[in-house]
Amino acid sequence: MTDSSQHRWMLGLLLAPALLWLFGLVILPHVELLVLSLQGRVGPGEYAFSTEQYQTFIDEPLYWNTFVRTATMSVLATLLTFLLAFPAAWYIAKVARGRSKTVLLVLCLLPFWVSEMVRTLGWLILLRETGVISSVLQATGLAGQPVELLYHDATILVGLVYASLLFMVIPLVNSLESLDDSLIEAAYDLGGSTANIVRRIVIPHAAPGIAAGSIVVFMLCLGNYLTPTLLGGKNSLWFTEQIYTQFITRFNWNQGAAFGFLLLFLSTALVWLGLKITGQRFGAVMKT
Amino acid sequence: MIPSLPRPWTQRVGLNGFMVGFFVFLFVPLLVVAAFAFNDAAYPTPPWMGFTLDWFTANNDTRTGFFHDSDLLESLGTSAWVALWVTLLSVGVGTCNAFLLERFEFPGKNTVAMLAMLPLVIPGVILGISILAFASRIANFAYDTWEIELEFLRPGLPLVILGQFCYIVTIATLTISASLRRFDRTLEEAALNLGATRAAVLWTITLPYLRPSMIGAGAMAFLMSFENFNTTLMLVGSDSPLTVLMYSRMREGATPALNAVSLFLMVASAVLALLLLWRGGAKPAAEGH
Repeated sequence: MTDSSQHRWMLGLLLAPALLWLFGLVILPHVELLVLSLQGRVGPGEYAFSTEQYQTFIDEPLYWNTFVRTATMSVLATLLTFLLAFPAAWYIAKVARGRSKTVLLVLCLLPFWVSEMVRTLGWLILLRETGVISSVLQATGLAGQPVELLYHDATILVGLVYASLLFMVIPLVNSLESLDDSLIEAAYDLGGSTANIVRRIVIPHAAPGIAAGSIVVFMLCLGNYLTPTLLGGKNSLWFTEQIYTQFITRFNWNQGAAFGFLLLFLSTALVWLGLKITGQRFGAVMKT
Repeated sequence: MIPSLPRPWTQRVGLNGFMVGFFVFLFVPLLVVAAFAFNDAAYPTPPWMGFTLDWFTANNDTRTGFFHDSDLLESLGTSAWVALWVTLLSVGVGTCNAFLLERFEFPGKNTVAMLAMLPLVIPGVILGISILAFASRIANFAYDTWEIELEFLRPGLPLVILGQFCYIVTIATLTISASLRRFDRTLEEAALNLGATRAAVLWTITLPYLRPSMIGAGAMAFLMSFENFNTTLMLVGSDSPLTVLMYSRMREGATPALNAVSLFLMVASAVLALLLLWRGGAKPAAEGH
């Protein structure tokens, strides 16, 4: 066998599993989903092209509201995650030194190696009416009767922020670590106030990290199913729940497929918008 | 601000206080889960009724501990079985992909590289339903045309394995590619000059070099498969992996046996995580599918 024919043979051998994976599990399933979403039932077992699935979404306020609500709550959760993660990342990247820095970072990582299911179980035990926080409030006299802390929007937000923290902390630490301390010192020597230094030096430098963290967190919140259903209960109105209901409970795959595409569209559109506003490029963001 | 600058004490105390609060927030849910695995009460709620190991070992009319709960143990086995397959497939295909993307030039390479990243930005729920729909289409087609029932394309463990593999292989590809990129190719050339065959070079030089990253990717794949919920929920049949079983029990109000399993999972994943970190800095599982 000549060298180049051997090379080509190897290429084919390596290309086969990759193409099988990409076509069999990524591209064709999504084409199928798109086709399903553009079909309507015309008779028993008979389907024809139609946009009625998307029409239903527009006509039915419940679907609309759930969609908008999922998007706004996810944006809000991303914002809150950033506000919580930034000081922590600052401490790890700039204040902690040597060994304590590694220890703090590992401490941040550890909870996220544990299944999301376990962490949510923890929140359920803490927040339910007979739970830990309610008992503590009663024992200290801050509450007269059991307090139900589950099934509120704020509860969902706490759960989402908790689930997302790590994915914000890591890119922030990475981008803050590359910021030279002498720049901050110089700004300070020249009379910059803390607020000014943060706004004019730290934030612009950390922008790629902020964008990367926000995009990942936003997508995670949007696609989350566990936190809204368990912490938000029946009234959580999360869009992934609608998809599950249509697909698995009602067996209306056409409607479910349309919802799936709408969610994909929403996540792509908002990520694109976020990149546009912050003036970041996707490639640069993904590298951080 | 940074320690080399004078910081007002309010700022220092404020930031330190914040960090304490931050870690309390991170760890309290886990500590509560662990603590209530030992509470002598029928439900994991306060008040504290005393220490017991019942939720691990009991097997009587009122209490079934984790070690005797056949459903839980079975689902643990199911999860491990699925995770094993996902790990093998992901590391195998991930290694092939790494060689393909790092060592070969071919038309459309950029498209393939870009498509390979796609599963990371698709929500797990959508990944699940699209694979479910496509598999059913093929199964229905096979049944209508040749009257063969392709059981493995109906909701069940094979589909769960494929669904999880679909995005976990991307992470394996990224990890192994990064390591292959840093590899010094002159080592291979030296071996070839000394008369080794290509297969021998691959087997004795390149793959041993890649082994740590393959093990790292494998451990991550196992953990992510074990913990996956979103994609699994859409594809699951009659055998429930652990996450799905825990979910259905949590909705009904579970006994502390669930805390006992959780504690087991925590210890297992902490050991795995620390081993990996200690072996040399594995990145966290950066996905929430």
